[in-house]
Amino acid sequence: METVRYSSIAANSAKFWALLIGLGSITLIGLLSAHHMEVEGHIISGMNNQIVWGLPHVFAIFLIVAASGALNVASIASVFGKVEYKPLARLSALLALALLAGGLAVLVLDLGRPDRLIVAMTVYNFKSIFAWNIFLYTGFFVIVGIYLWWMMDYSMQKYSKKAGLVAFIWRVILTTGTGSIFGFLVARSAYDTAMLAPMFIIMSFAFGMAFYILVLLAAYSWTNRPLGDFILNKLRSLLGVFIASIMYFVVVYHLTNLYATEHHQVQKFLLLEGGSYTAMFWIGQVIIGGLIPLALIYMPQTKNCRKTLVAVCTMVILGGLAQVYVIVIGGQAFPLELFPGMEISSSFFDGQVIQYIPSIWEILLGIAGVAIALLLVTVGVAVLDFLPDSLSDKITAEIKK
Amino acid sequence: MNKVVTKAYQLLRQPKAKVEQEIDQSKRSFVGGLVGASGLAIAPGVMLYETASAKPADQPVTNAVRWGMLVNVNQCTEDCNACVTACNDEHGLWPEEGSTTDSQWIRKLTVKDPTTNHSKSFPVMCQHCEHPPCVDVCPTRASFKREDGIVLVNMHTCIGCRYCMMACPYKARSFVHEVLENQLPSTPRGKGCVDSCNMCVHKVDAGENTTACAEACATDGHQAIVFGDLNDPESEISKSLRDFGGTQIRADLGLNTGVRYQGI
Repeated sequence: METVRYSSIAANSAKFWALLIGLGSITLIGLLSAHHMEVEGHIISGMNNQIVWGLPHVFAIFLIVAASGALNVASIASVFGKVEYKPLARLSALLALALLAGGLAVLVLDLGRPDRLIVAMTVYNFKSIFAWNIFLYTGFFVIVGIYLWWMMDYSMQKYSKKAGLVAFIWRVILTTGTGSIFGFLVARSAYDTAMLAPMFIIMSFAFGMAFYILVLLAAYSWTNRPLGDFILNKLRSLLGVFIASIMYFVVVYHLTNLYATEHHQVQKFLLLEGGSYTAMFWIGQVIIGGLIPLALIYMPQTKNCRKTLVAVCTMVILGGLAQVYVIVIGGQAFPLELFPGMEISSSFFDGQVIQYIPSIWEILLGIAGVAIALLLVTVGVAVLDFLPDSLSDKITAEIKK
Repeated sequence: MNKVVTKAYQLLRQPKAKVEQEIDQSKRSFVGGLVGASGLAIAPGVMLYETASAKPADQPVTNAVRWGMLVNVNQCTEDCNACVTACNDEHGLWPEEGSTTDSQWIRKLTVKDPTTNHSKSFPVMCQHCEHPPCVDVCPTRASFKREDGIVLVNMHTCIGCRYCMMACPYKARSFVHEVLENQLPSTPRGKGCVDSCNMCVHKVDAGENTTACAEACATDGHQAIVFGDLNDPESEISKSLRDFGGTQIRADLGLNTGVRYQGI
């Protein structure tokens, strides 16, 4: 390990400041959008009494899920003992914290009463998975923070492996908690399945890895630090396994539902007749987020091509957003079945499929969540020694010895 | 009467020297008389409370009663909207027609059997479950069930996360999407919070023991909605349920709803 030297990136280049100002501006615009939504009320959003969770929740859940997945690289080194991943671990933990912060910011700013956050922090209903998640999220910050500290402080490094194990267990519980937000909703046909918790875990693996690879590539390319193909191909292969695993879970989720007659209608809706939700599923989730990235990862011609890897990761992120969109919004758009098998109607839009068009404010808030995460990473790598000076194949080979 | 009693209490709590200053013997006997008179006046009230279930404001609700409603679908007509209008007036809701964001605490649901084309129309509101999913999921305990079975939202602690709306199987809850004006004092509501049918809790606590929807339905001559105590075997609602049965919407979820239906 003596061969790995870490250093902060130079914070004096025009490119760095342009990035900082760009991300800061997007964050600021998102915050102003949230403020506007708080002053005017959610009437200016596309959400209503039928689609109660909208695009901000899609971004928030996506980022929270990706956060726990971003920690994977560190876990592979500490928990599974793959030493070649160890130089990547610091960035992995930083990205995990940053993504969680971005996701939580969006979630909190979308509340009807964000000014009452203190209530959520002080009054708990332990039967609510939401309340559990408040502990899981804050616990994640503390545990990963300590893990990071012990990794970076040479005097504490001997404990970092143990911290890594705790962080790994915690992140699995955290994603289970996030998936369970939906899994516990017994009355909604698209949810109400224990499949969602493990599916969210595997989703986190892929989304987090895609984010990690993009950040790694950007950081090393923009700072002219060597980054070898060996480690990138390792990450690429893992991403492929994760994408295939998501597809497996998606197939099982839909097949088990198709087996039960009572779920035929909701499956027909999601897979065939749901309009934008069906398109989002097949084009966004399956083709862009699954099949094309898989093909590109396993085609021998694209093995060492970084542009292809960037495209793959971007597609996984877009496909992931589509998947969360279909779960969160598609699941709500399908009408509640108050009387299964009957046709129902009312002035409150019972029995109707609700179309949802997100407003610009929601879009800006959601994107701001991503910007907040990237802004934190940018500041982080400029302030502390997160990045190895070199991740060349030579260095990696020496570490493996 | 209350003011006099309060004054007497305050006087008794004052330091001795001050009391001696202020109270002469005649006042003392006057207060003594008042206390006796108050006792006599309160005693029938206590008796009334025991028999009529009206709850003094300073006493907590108990689970001795479980308020519920029974909707007889066969007595409900499709073209009648009296219960909905009454609810809107009682709570100051007045949703715009076609609005997807305005609160609707009660709505007329039309249920049609696609195989027979037989249809029925009846009101659906918060079902005031014994095991309410909205209460289970609420992170801040803002959604809560009173001991007497009424499910409410605490407007002081609701953070507007809408998880309760996701969890409610009856689509009974609404989120206040914009600034409200002219709210009624008896029905506190506000932007950014979730609200739903509160079983006219202000009427129940005042001892009126009815709801706006049940009253309006009776006034219109349908008598399709009966409000009452499900724990009291002699109440009209309990007798009707015992004699003619009743069903719950989505009984399969095992929520033991406080609102029951006959004829569906």
